[in-house]
Amino acid sequence: MANKLYPDAKAALDGLLFDGMTIMSGGFGLCGIPENLIAALRDSGVKGITAISNNAGVDGFGLGLLLETRQIARMISSYVGENKEFERQYLAGELQLEFNPQGTLAERIRAGGAGIPGFYTKTGVGTLVADGKEHKDFNGETYILETGLVADVSIVKAWKADPYGNLVFRKTARNFNPVMATAGKVTVVEVEELVGPGELDPDGIHTPGIFVQRLIVGTDYEKRIEQRTVREPGNPAAGEKA
Amino acid sequence: MWTRDQQAARAAQELKDGFYVNLGIGMPTLVANHIPDGIDVTLQSENGMLGMGPFPYAGEEDPDLINAGKQTITELDRTSYFSSADSFAMIRGGHVDLSILGAMEVAENGDIANWMIPGKMVKGMGGAMDLVAGVKKIIVLMEHNARDGSAKFKTACTLPLTGKGVVDMVISELAVLARPAKGALFRLIELAPGVDLETLRARTEGHFEA
Repeated sequence: MANKLYPDAKAALDGLLFDGMTIMSGGFGLCGIPENLIAALRDSGVKGITAISNNAGVDGFGLGLLLETRQIARMISSYVGENKEFERQYLAGELQLEFNPQGTLAERIRAGGAGIPGFYTKTGVGTLVADGKEHKDFNGETYILETGLVADVSIVKAWKADPYGNLVFRKTARNFNPVMATAGKVTVVEVEELVGPGELDPDGIHTPGIFVQRLIVGTDYEKRIEQRTVREPGNPAAGEKA
Repeated sequence: MWTRDQQAARAAQELKDGFYVNLGIGMPTLVANHIPDGIDVTLQSENGMLGMGPFPYAGEEDPDLINAGKQTITELDRTSYFSSADSFAMIRGGHVDLSILGAMEVAENGDIANWMIPGKMVKGMGGAMDLVAGVKKIIVLMEHNARDGSAKFKTACTLPLTGKGVVDMVISELAVLARPAKGALFRLIELAPGVDLETLRARTEGHFEA
């Protein structure tokens, strides 16, 4: 068996990084982000990164760490509202930004990972997103052409892995992680728990090990909550900020 | 006039038994408090969950379990989790019955603008463009007028669009406007208590049939 296990995040990224590279980073907000690998990217000093990530972290955490150090030159995201440093760099013209509708972003990554160079979608027709894109009618409806995305490296956070790189995610921390795992030329994964061969139910594996080249067991997970909201007595949906 | 909560309750009357529903951030979230008795709906959260439960009790928050507004939530006995690609396959593939979302502007032809104000920092459209393009029915819950008093239901949107010709119903604190099909004209369905047609017309720019 090829050894996919590395001792830590720094070792797992060794030899993969170069200035101007494209990196996909899993997570939705701060949920399910590869905390250890992001920290190792910061420590590596790699610059000019194009980061493909649904969000841009917050000031001082998640991809916010790489914005603080100016390692990111360009982002492809669907929503970046939670980061003041991001806003400052963007408005100062220091950071390029490409907004994709969230579903288009997910599908571009899915397509990239599946070897599909482009696809047509209704999302964004008649909006700024459609500007400059090929339009085509199918069955009387107009669609636009979107292209697949791949990355030099995808960094992914899963809950459990076995030594073969089979992955299981937990609850909504799954989000973009499984699709990004398919779309990295090299996919590096961090998990909370490594289990032995045969300990994951083959029917319950979310990402098969073929998509995973390198694997570490992460440490010191912070798992920050962005909007801690608890139940208001008698009003389960309204909630209140804790 | 309806309060925000009454507006949400009015929107909840549009829920049908068995519906899969996506609720936007803000006022649409309140709709979950008013699901009518005997109506069973499953809430979809576009970050990868079907069967969204209520907020957790203090001390039971799970950082791995959030909704699309990044709020802590809980699961139900029907809950399933899936990737963002599967989530948007549901949305874009027309499998979600209803989406209730907010808007800055809606036009009489069903155009909606809710993601960008030129000149201001743009946070991004998130999943809004996918929802309005893919979900079977789109209801907008919004205030009837902007802070400067201008009508939000307009002859044409002035802000960059989120979707073209996609809105089926608008519920404001004054009235319910709806159309039977995409492409049809909006019609007045219901006035809030204490609101008359004249007031509604005075505060509305877009055309609707009374």
